[in-house]
Amino acid sequence: MTAQVVEALVHAAIKFAILVPGFVLALAALMSWIERRQSAMIQDRVGPNRASIGGVRAWGLFHIIADTLKFALKENIVPRGSNPLLFRLAPFMAMAPALIVFAVMPVGPTNRWVVSNLDVGILFIFAIGSLSVYGATIAGWSSNNNFSLLGALRVSAQMISYEVSLALNLVGVFMVFGSINLQTIIEGQGALLGGVLPKWGIVVQPVAFFLFLAASIAETKRTPFDAPEGEPELVSGYFTEYSGLALATWFLTEFAAVIMVAMMATAVFFGGWQIPWLPPTPALVATWWFQIACVMAFFAKTLFFVWVQMQLRWTLLRMRYDQIMTMGWKYILPISLANVLVTGLFLLLTR
Amino acid sequence: MSTETVREYLTEEEEDRIGLHTQEMILNMGPSHPATHGTVKFTLRLEGETIRDLDPDIGYLHRGFEKMCENATYTHAFPYTDRLNYCSPFINNVGYALAVEKLLGIEITERCKYVRTIISELHRISDHLTCLAATSLELGAFTVFLYGVQSREEIYVLTEEICGARLTVSYVRIGGLTDDLPESFADHWKLVKRRLDKNLYDIDKLIGRNRIFIDRMQNTGILDTETAISYGCTGPFLRACGVEYDVRDAAPYLVYDRLDWTMPTGTRGDNWDRFLIRLAEIEQSISMIDQCIEQMPEGPVRIDDWRVVLPPKDEVYNSIEAMMAHFKLIMEGLKVPPGEVYSYTEGANGELGFFIVSDGSGKPSRVHVRPPCYHLVAALPEIMRGKLIQDLVPTFDTINMIGGEIDR
Repeated sequence: MTAQVVEALVHAAIKFAILVPGFVLALAALMSWIERRQSAMIQDRVGPNRASIGGVRAWGLFHIIADTLKFALKENIVPRGSNPLLFRLAPFMAMAPALIVFAVMPVGPTNRWVVSNLDVGILFIFAIGSLSVYGATIAGWSSNNNFSLLGALRVSAQMISYEVSLALNLVGVFMVFGSINLQTIIEGQGALLGGVLPKWGIVVQPVAFFLFLAASIAETKRTPFDAPEGEPELVSGYFTEYSGLALATWFLTEFAAVIMVAMMATAVFFGGWQIPWLPPTPALVATWWFQIACVMAFFAKTLFFVWVQMQLRWTLLRMRYDQIMTMGWKYILPISLANVLVTGLFLLLTR
Repeated sequence: MSTETVREYLTEEEEDRIGLHTQEMILNMGPSHPATHGTVKFTLRLEGETIRDLDPDIGYLHRGFEKMCENATYTHAFPYTDRLNYCSPFINNVGYALAVEKLLGIEITERCKYVRTIISELHRISDHLTCLAATSLELGAFTVFLYGVQSREEIYVLTEEICGARLTVSYVRIGGLTDDLPESFADHWKLVKRRLDKNLYDIDKLIGRNRIFIDRMQNTGILDTETAISYGCTGPFLRACGVEYDVRDAAPYLVYDRLDWTMPTGTRGDNWDRFLIRLAEIEQSISMIDQCIEQMPEGPVRIDDWRVVLPPKDEVYNSIEAMMAHFKLIMEGLKVPPGEVYSYTEGANGELGFFIVSDGSGKPSRVHVRPPCYHLVAALPEIMRGKLIQDLVPTFDTINMIGGEIDR
């Protein structure tokens, strides 16, 4: 018994170690380059392309290394009058939940491809993900800076508000697929509607998808919802006082959240690891090449949503704090409630 | 943060009732802060996100412009005027030259009038572009900012072709200009205009109908007409309130009465109106420059009076009269009859006035500038009281405070 538990733990730890540092953190580091490069393309600029190793520039990819070195070599300043313990702890309090949530994300067809196939999958993501707000709030409060404090107040209000709509948006999906286990939801999306259209979340719940995208971008605190770090008035919001690797931690947290949103959108609305028009029959799932292809499909969709979010971030403007709140409570929340109602009625009548 | 005393804004009974201790927050924005470009400090008294009071603290860019002018000849003041509004130095040059010429009572040549109009309108475009770009940047539209600044850069290149400098132009002289426009000007302007049109179209496509942008601009930063007039606001700010006041129209100078142009006005006096007025004024300025190039006569750009303008170099080296005139102008400066004058022109942000007192010597006895944005910043607390802290950003941007001009 004990041996089994230890074995399961070791397996989970290995899978987590491969998924999180191997994919999520690597992609997060890459995103620091994607973001600068993609925005440069939008804005008719060249973008970062100067860092080179032995004359090889590789489209500025080495800027990832250069940036990391730069962050690492800076002093971690702890401002006078701050609470040093909480100030140092805050970035990790925000980062840990942002990384832990990846544990329930099924990236492939069988249980082999998920760290922990929890039955409460999505609820786990919401429960742990919402802990991130503590990190940001504590960071703002412990900095002993009025700009940070205002940022912290905004971030806590915004994240708590949008958490409600975010969860409600997905209720319609739970009702359609009859489960909150992510693996079950993805398997449910393998069917074909009328033999033509894949039964993806976006097809059966189109309204929920757009509301989910809006609400989850608000959760990541990026433009147009970046009032908490609203640069013109609050300098950098709750992480104004951070420097060095602590600041890099905040960026990584933000990018990890972006990847999480992309993975959630993929898993719940875009068929997860499903390859369209290729139903995963048990015989097919048993083959290793099909599993690998599914994992590739999942990551490709994730990258697509990362790209979408980047594009949105550099196209849209920043909303005002009260407009963000109005949108959350007066538009997204009622519409998602109505969506739940309509979905329920539809399911009831067609049963 | 601040050592100022904080006023508690709830009575003790109210605090007891809600069981919380509350107090106002003092927030010092600036002088080194992303929103306070142009170097200004705002002391905000905040109640949550709401601004209870705002105290703009100017003077961080004070260089003593007015005092410096008293110690230089009338001509030497031109480089100082370049640095007043550093977004539109040509307009300052022209405004100062017109003031001194009014006191001298001289009439400049026709061609010079047209050239001065062209360069003024050129820099009005560049000033408005800077303002629009900065506003968009602070609301999160980084792309629009770069498009705007790209167009401004092209105007700077054109400026460089005219006078050899991008920013510190010193192009205008009392009684004329340093030199005529380059021959290639008309062609180069056509190129700049084409690129500018394209960028303005792109900017309009990006934010002209963007819901978020309109929500941030519309119905924010409103100032009613009476208060605006009582504070002495002018320019796009006053025209956004619906008042048809433009110095170019009310008291035409140079050749503005010969040009065909309209004055865009707003109705609500909010940030959105000011933004649209600036966009419309860019188009008007483009058309004005086109008309000027068409109407411009040939001829000299300087008057033929050696008591005011420097004689040509070959005359200086070959005739005693020119040599004397040159010496007197350089060593003593041009002599302006005693008296005082207030001359006003339409700067990019409003009425740009120069008040000059002369005692008959080669140096001004007193020079005072009426910077347009001084009065706008004075009205800022009136606008922002009771509004949200985030509204300060677009409002301050559409005011377009220029540190060099307001702090002098």
